[in-house]
Amino acid sequence: MTAQGIGARVPRKEDARHLHGRGNFVSDMILPGQQEVAFLRSPVAHGRIRRIGKPEGLEHAVFTWADLPGVKPIVAQSTLPGYRLSAQHPLAHQKVRFVGDPIAMVVAASRAEAEDIAEQIELEIEDLPPLVDAQKARADASVRLHEEWPDNLFIGMSYESDFEARSRGAPVVVRQEVSLSRQAMVPMEGKAILAHWDERVDQLIVYSSTQTPHMIRVGLAETLGLEDARIRVISPDVGGAFGYKCILQPEEICLSWLAQKFRRPFRYVEDRREHLVAGANSRQHRYRLTAYADEKGRLLALDAEIVIDGGAYSMWPYTVGLETGQATGNLPGPYDFRGYRCKTACVATNKPGFLPYRGVARTGVCFAMELTMDAIARKVGREPWEVRHDNLVPVEAMPYDNVAKKHYDSGDYRKALLQVREKIGLEAWRERQRRGEPDGRLIGVGFASYCEQSAHGTSVFAAWGLSLVPGYDQATVRITPGGGLEVRVGVHSHGQGMETTLAQVANEVLGIDVADIKVVLGDTGLTPYSTGTYASRSMVMAGGAVARACEALVPRLLTIGAHLMQCAANTARYERGRIVGPQSEVSIKDVAEAWYRLPYRLPPDVDLGGLEATMAYRPKVDTGAFSYASHAAAVAVDTELGHVEILDYVIVEDCGTLVNPMVVDGQMLGGAAQGIGTALYEESPYDANGQPLASTFADYLLPGATEVPALRIFHIETPSPYTAFGMKGMGEGGAIAPPAAIFNAVNDALRGLGVEVTETPLTPRRLLDALARAKSGAGKT
Amino acid sequence: MKAAAFDYVRPPDLGAALRHLAEGGGDAKPLAGGQSLGPMLNLRLARPKLLVDVSRLRELRGIADGGDHWRIGAAVTHAELEDAAGKLEGAELLPQVASGIAYRSVRNRGTIGGSLAHADPAGDWPLALAALDATVLVAGAKGERKLPADQFMKAAFTTALAESEAIVALLVPKLSRARRLGYYKFCRKTGEFPEASACAIFDPERRIARVFLGAAQGAPIPLPAVARAVAEGGRAAATREAALAAVGAVPNLEESERRMRAAVLLRALQQAYPA
Repeated sequence: MTAQGIGARVPRKEDARHLHGRGNFVSDMILPGQQEVAFLRSPVAHGRIRRIGKPEGLEHAVFTWADLPGVKPIVAQSTLPGYRLSAQHPLAHQKVRFVGDPIAMVVAASRAEAEDIAEQIELEIEDLPPLVDAQKARADASVRLHEEWPDNLFIGMSYESDFEARSRGAPVVVRQEVSLSRQAMVPMEGKAILAHWDERVDQLIVYSSTQTPHMIRVGLAETLGLEDARIRVISPDVGGAFGYKCILQPEEICLSWLAQKFRRPFRYVEDRREHLVAGANSRQHRYRLTAYADEKGRLLALDAEIVIDGGAYSMWPYTVGLETGQATGNLPGPYDFRGYRCKTACVATNKPGFLPYRGVARTGVCFAMELTMDAIARKVGREPWEVRHDNLVPVEAMPYDNVAKKHYDSGDYRKALLQVREKIGLEAWRERQRRGEPDGRLIGVGFASYCEQSAHGTSVFAAWGLSLVPGYDQATVRITPGGGLEVRVGVHSHGQGMETTLAQVANEVLGIDVADIKVVLGDTGLTPYSTGTYASRSMVMAGGAVARACEALVPRLLTIGAHLMQCAANTARYERGRIVGPQSEVSIKDVAEAWYRLPYRLPPDVDLGGLEATMAYRPKVDTGAFSYASHAAAVAVDTELGHVEILDYVIVEDCGTLVNPMVVDGQMLGGAAQGIGTALYEESPYDANGQPLASTFADYLLPGATEVPALRIFHIETPSPYTAFGMKGMGEGGAIAPPAAIFNAVNDALRGLGVEVTETPLTPRRLLDALARAKSGAGKT
Repeated sequence: MKAAAFDYVRPPDLGAALRHLAEGGGDAKPLAGGQSLGPMLNLRLARPKLLVDVSRLRELRGIADGGDHWRIGAAVTHAELEDAAGKLEGAELLPQVASGIAYRSVRNRGTIGGSLAHADPAGDWPLALAALDATVLVAGAKGERKLPADQFMKAAFTTALAESEAIVALLVPKLSRARRLGYYKFCRKTGEFPEASACAIFDPERRIARVFLGAAQGAPIPLPAVARAVAEGGRAAATREAALAAVGAVPNLEESERRMRAAVLLRALQQAYPA
């Protein structure tokens, strides 16, 4: 057997079924008597519901909020000062608050028939003025999204640390304004739910395309008023999630109610149009930064104002405070400076409620900080990488507590930057830039550095005042009668390859062939509780728990093994799956045979826990293991067409100990593709009436295979001092830096023209408009 | 979304298909590759009661040499045209344009006639066939008629076709060996509809000089002045200023759009007259 433990390049166990189209997603499932559900969604952004007229003769097939007595609205609690509660009714109650807000659900034998009925529902909605622009909604409280509030502010945060003293008299002052457009997350599979009542076990069974089955069970129990034990949530194959599926979805409550009420199976599968309209829920931040630096560009203090367009509702359980807190706390990034002041406002608007998309606020803060870093470099006349380098936290300072009280555990941030500069070949690009292109395009190189809080635990979430906070993650491991292993964890894997990497962790301890290890995920009926997969936590948390549970079996293996060899337990030793005595050795298979099949061979004082263990884990220090990276992009800008081509893209990243380098590369690649989408393509624009303008893929552009260059990914491995095996989370990082790196590269290319672009995505229109403005004398966009 | 209910027929011949269309009035619609109609059905933007599948009609299939022109069946797919590269002497632009339409999976099903009838302003065929001075062969209950391709599209998603008519074939005149072709489109990503497009056809032997701008608000826009100037002056006349002036004739363009379209036009002209 070749090495299969931590660090091995083990091919993913889950690939075969997906490559052969044999996965099992909710859309693949058919239960006897299954009904399909379609939602009637609000056609207007803001309005008061006057009447919902069910079509005559079809009243039985249509359900509104009035038909769901006893169901509670979704209310995400937080004890953060000033945080305002928003009640999200799974079906609209009194008001609609965004285009796509579910108003009624319709049940029929097929989705097409359900849509036919939905079309016939008569809606009378009194239009209210829509809140489309967060700055305006913040400034004007005459129209309020939630009428019981005094204004439209979900939450405001402010943070200050030694700002006045550090900023005073700074020789270099740079002001920077940047903004990111609203986006949808667009997983390949949208939301999908199949709910039925299993009479035999008297249980509501909910198949949901979710990242967090245990947490959804808690949410359903709360909103439906059912005891948790009466609900089983199963997350089957999930085709990407990215944060879209880590919250309690209104549709999950609706489908569960139907199944509970009518005791038959109901299914809902979100379509693309629903997703692009009702799922435009992320990334929209606006930044106004003032950076204070010395003559060399060394950052002294940073002043920031951040406005987040929070949409209509605060999601359960994290609340919009998550995005707000992440923006405020993570803006300082990987940099060493001591003066900071930040005011962040999350404003309610008539758009879908803000959700935490891969990278959460960090794609925005990295964009703001890294464009500012380049602006400082321009001002002091140095290469951007040099200024960045001098500001990065030096390795000698680790572990480092930053200006926002984030505790950076380990890493050599400067080394990643120097390495990415070398790998992209900065000098060669500078030479090519000087030479000029035969086709007239302009060459630019851009850098972006970030660090990423991953696997942050109890103390961090508790500080956000949430009503549901992650704690210990548990794993159950069970040696099988054949000497294989079952691993059960409450997180879920939806592209991360955890069926493989968690098996690698178990292999590291028990030496059992990965092929003989079955990892069971995503089922509240089969796995111990976990809040689930989000915030780049599962490898660290579930991985740590799997290791602990496997380790708990070792003394038991040793005792039984020694008895089988008829030697004293203290003369035997355990060596990764082998129990070695003075004269002989036995294997896990031998021990399993004794426990399950030939128990007369067991010692009289055998551990009654048997060959099964459940153990919990959380890192020694739970404030997060910080992954980090530097990205570099080389681009060619066609100033006639407004087109940007990425010529080369390099990532140097450090996520601590690599469990499986191929899986890490895959995560980086997928994340970076989404980052390229944020940079150049993806946008959910709204008109003045709050109507979404991108409701199909003809209008919402995603990067495809031809738009994502062959990324070159390199690794540094600095184990975290706080986690099992030194692992760090890294599921989100790829999506954080590309907008910053690409915009810095474009601005590098356009520098001679006096043009700076600062708003995502960089469409041809935005680029050409910026060039036109520069010509007319007003350069900055 | 799922399509509203409709009926579907696959008639055995063109006559039967035309009868279905006539009987259905405005509620019957021909279905060829379905690459645009399919999504419109699912979004319930198109709600025909009857779909008449014309994709396998013998009369609409096949590519034939008509002597001074090529006859391209309306139900010939983009992929079939793409794969005819090297076999369509005098109509080399057809495979070139076909190969740049969307993705191969779309090209495998989408048809030249369907694309022309759909009349998307950003479509490739309305532009290319107008510039090539092709003839559209149309059949209806009252028989066949011929329309010049540059008169066929009336506005966005609007053509000269009557409700019960269908396109049978495109007649594409052969160009001489002296031909000079330029076709340039700018798409934000591979496979997307273009932001701007232009087609330039010059054939000094046949005294042809036709330049059209595509991806406009409506039908492709003829630019005869710049066509004449470049036919006479060659590469030297294909300048940025000339392109900007030509595009200036297009109404309602903002500065950035004008600039982009001028660049696309210039690149098409320079393809026809390389340095």
